[in-house]
This record gives sequence, structure tokens and C-alpha cells, in this order.
Amino acid sequence: MSTREHTQSAQRPPREAGAVLQYWRRLRRDPLGLTGLVLVLVMVGTAVFATWLVPYDPNQILVGPKLSAPSWAHWMGTDQLGRDVFSRVIMGGRIAFEVALASLGGALSVGLLLGLVAGFGPRWLDNGLLLLFDAVRAFPVIIFALAVVTLLGPSLYTVILVVAVTAIPIYARIVRTQTLAIRSNEFILAERSMGAGTPRILAIHILPNVIGPLLILASMDVPLVITLEAGLSFLGMGVRPPTPSWGTVLNDGYNFIRNSPWPVFFGGLPIVVSTLGFTFLGEALRDIFDPKLRRDL
Amino acid sequence: MWLYLVRRIVLAMVTLALAVALLHVMIRAVPGDPAAIILGPRATAEQRDKLRERMGLDQPFYVQLGIYFVDLAHGDMGVDVMTGRPVSRIVFEQLPYTLVLILTAIAWAAVLGIPLGCYSAIRRNTLADRVSGILSVSVIAIPAFVMSLYSLLLFAVTLKWLPATGAGDGFFNRHLLLPAFAVGVSWVGYLARVVRASMLEVLGETHIRMNRAFGLPEARIVFRYALPLAILPTVTLLGVGMAYLLSGAVFAEIVFARPGIGTLIVNAVGNRNYPIVMGCVVVTTGLFVIATALADVVNALLDPRARESL
Repeated sequence: MSTREHTQSAQRPPREAGAVLQYWRRLRRDPLGLTGLVLVLVMVGTAVFATWLVPYDPNQILVGPKLSAPSWAHWMGTDQLGRDVFSRVIMGGRIAFEVALASLGGALSVGLLLGLVAGFGPRWLDNGLLLLFDAVRAFPVIIFALAVVTLLGPSLYTVILVVAVTAIPIYARIVRTQTLAIRSNEFILAERSMGAGTPRILAIHILPNVIGPLLILASMDVPLVITLEAGLSFLGMGVRPPTPSWGTVLNDGYNFIRNSPWPVFFGGLPIVVSTLGFTFLGEALRDIFDPKLRRDL
Repeated sequence: MWLYLVRRIVLAMVTLALAVALLHVMIRAVPGDPAAIILGPRATAEQRDKLRERMGLDQPFYVQLGIYFVDLAHGDMGVDVMTGRPVSRIVFEQLPYTLVLILTAIAWAAVLGIPLGCYSAIRRNTLADRVSGILSVSVIAIPAFVMSLYSLLLFAVTLKWLPATGAGDGFFNRHLLLPAFAVGVSWVGYLARVVRASMLEVLGETHIRMNRAFGLPEARIVFRYALPLAILPTVTLLGVGMAYLLSGAVFAEIVFARPGIGTLIVNAVGNRNYPIVMGCVVVTTGLFVIATALADVVNALLDPRARESL
């Protein structure tokens, strides 16, 4: 008895590092992923601490000369009303990430719900939902966005709504496919024969299996949301001026592009930096967690 | 093959019809009277009633939808509120500009991206492959509208090499260069990545190994036997990519002040010109649905295995 205990403790493998630590070690070896992580942290960090970081009130006009080049007083120059572009870009980041968080959060929850319903519900409901998803996906996103803006008028909420509505079918489809795959497993049948109801099976067996891939996909969609918000605001169909957004900074700059190149340059820069950051990080995370998720687009 | 073709066309038409129906449901779901929104706050009740009647808004929903479908089948998309001209004529006047832009963009991207992908696959894990991979991800990540603004800033405003605005005379001229560059540059990345991945897959297959065993020159193996197979996934990608190309074109048209569907719809949204917006949405959605269907059909023609999936 005592010898058996002895051999058992001798064979016990060395304590494994925590899962998070393991992922971190793999990410650390991927220079592109690491670059992405740094860029994302910088962009999200400035958005979170925006109110403390801005040197000027982003909407205060004539804090400096109009359309000035970058200087020590105004790191990114000033726009046509003499507003500080750096302050506007920093506060614009807050808008961009608020939109991303709200719309993707909404799309994830509704998509998850509809996907579970489609995958676990009756056949007719599944078919109906699939048709609806296909109909929504038939619109090119930007055209759909413009149509919704015509109906609801331009505002931050319209942008959030458009992103959520167009993303729901994508997430719901993935959840549905995963649900269908898991549902036919024998352990679900066993669980059922032991008297488990549908809610219990969904919550305990299906949900944990679908939520991981879904979160990675959502994080890879952040650049698309940022682009759409900036794009619509650039067209004057998103955030209303004078609220600072990367898109409105670009729009102001575009109108005075022949007078000063700086507002357009610095308005586009945070979009480029954050889309690059999220794409690099997203690809690295996907390769680490689940290479099967590889999407070509 | 014929059965597949018929099924795919029916599916495309059903999708389009559903999308149009969904659009009508959305218009209905919005609180407020479309006629009042179009005419603005200063319109009289009489004007509103007249417009409502003209637009068929006094009919029940399913009748409205039925009328719309019948008209659509005849190519009638209503008349423009501002000028009274038929919407279909206005939309199809602008469409060629957008199509020329999209096709030019995708053409130059394919000419550059497909060979780049092949090269990366053949020389995989070399420095050139790594650099091309990083560049591909980067250009994919940068949105087309920022690319448009930056190329406008650099080549038209600062360097003054190319015209900044307008479309010039005819379709193919110097005015097309910058927008086509901005819309297409992401596609160099997409195509290079897809071709690289599928080329690697094909090069690992047994029939390629047999070619090598026969002692065929590597160039002949790659171009004669591997490339036709490796290029298949790009066909499907192009179909789905129509929507991305279109959204790139919308922004490029606005930034470079070019005529086209993008400029038309953005101006119409600004004026709340419902019939024009509706016409643009239906035509572009139709275009997208047709492009995806066409890509599937071409894919099925080239690859018999794909015919069984529908």
C-alpha cells in the first residue's frame, strides 16, 4: 500500500503552467502578434484614459492658429477652426471603441441566442432563420448602412444598430453549425436519458463549446466596425459634428486638404494603427487557439 | 450541371426577393410617415396625401410589396422625387462608372496578387515570402477609404502627379488611376494569401509528386499543372468580394469626387431621396447576389465536386 502511494507520487508530472501563461508563451514567440498586442493596448489604453490624456478640450475652437502644422504645443497640428487635432483624435478613439463594444456585444448576444434556437429548435424555425440570415447578408454592408441612415437619420445609435444587425447572421450561423455538431454527440443523448432538460444541455454543454471561437471571431471584427464607424462619420452619416470621431476629423481635414495635409494624415493614422493592431493580434490568437477558424476574408 | 445551374439561379432570385421584402419591412417598421419625411416639415397635408397615393403608401403592406415586385420585373423603380426622372435610368447612368472602377481595381490586383501568391508558395519560408505575407496582412487591414484619402493626399495634393477629382472624358483615363489603386490594393493582399495557401495545398498532392518523378521542369509543373487548380478558390473569393469592392468604390467615389453609384446614393441619403436610395440598394444588392451566384456557377463548371453541394 505504501509502495503504491510512493510510485504514484513519483510519477506525477511536473505542475503544468496555467493555460493563460501557456498562451502568452506562444504569443511571445510571434513577433507580428506581439506587435499587434502592443498596438491594441496603446489604442485601447488611450481610449480608456482619454479624458486625462487630452491636452486641450477637443471641441474648444481657437486653442491655436487655424490649420497649423504639428508643433510642440499641438502635436498633430490644428484644424480649420483652430481645434487641437491630437485631442480630437484621442477622444475619437473613445467613440470608436464604444461603438465596437456596444455593437459587437449586442451582435454576440443576439447571434448566440438565435444560433442556439436555430440549432436546437424545430426544423421549420431553423429554415426560417437561415432564410432571414441570408436575406440580411445579401446586402452589401455599406449600402445597407446608408439605407438605414436614410430611415433613422444619422447618429451614433444608427451606426451601432447597423453593425449589430449585419454581424448577427455571421455569429448565429457559426453557433448554429457548432450546436448541430455537438447536439448529435452521444454524451448529449446520455445526458438526455438521465433526464436533463434542453436549457441545462444548452447552458452546460453547448454554450462553453461555442463561446470561445465566437469571441475570437468578434475580436477580429473590431477593425471592420472601426472602419465602418469612421467611414460613415466621414460621409457625415455617423457621429454628428462637433463630436470628435476619427471619421469627422477626416471629413474636416478632407474639406481643407489643399490648405493643410495634416488633419487628414493624423485622422487616418489611428484607424490604420488600430486596424493593423487588431488584425495582427487576431490572426495570432486564432492560430494559437483554433487554426480551424481560418477565414480567407 | 444544368440542374445545378437552375437551382443556383432560383436560390439567387429567392435571396434577392427576400432582401427586397426585408427592405420594405424596415421602411414600414420605422415610426413616421415616409411621405412626410421626404417632403420635409413644411409640406401641407394635401401634398403628403398626394405623394402617399403616388407611392402606393395608402395600400396594405402586401399589396405595396406585390406592386413593387411587378414594377421591378418591368424595370420600373419609380421616379425621382426631385427631378421626376425614372429611377432606373438615373441608376443605370451611374452604374458603368462604378463597374469600370471595380473591374479595373480587381484586374490590376489579380495581375499583381496571383503571381505574388505563387512566388510565395514556391519560395515558402524565405525572407521574400515572409515580407510578402506581412505586406499582404497590412494592406488587407488598411480600409479602402483611408487608402483613398492617403493616396489623394500623396499623389494628387502633395506630389500633384495625378488629377484629384472628377472622372474626365470617357472611362479609361488618368482620373481612374488613383481610385483604382486605392480600391484594389487590399485585393493584392487577399489574392496573394489565398493563392499562396491553395498553391501549397496543391503542390503537396500526389499527382504533382508524380510529375516531379517524371522529371518535368518545375516551371511547367507549377504553371501547367498546379496553377489551374490553385486558382479555383479565388473565383469564390471574387464573388463574395463584390460587396467589399463595392464599399471601397463608394468611398473612392466620394473622396475623388467621381460620378457613380456611391456618389449617387450618398447624395440621395443626404437629401432623403427615398426612391433613389431604394433603387441603388436594389441594384447593388442584385449585383452582389448575381456576382456570388456567378462565382458559384463558374466554380461548379471548373470543379465537378462543387456541383453536389447545392
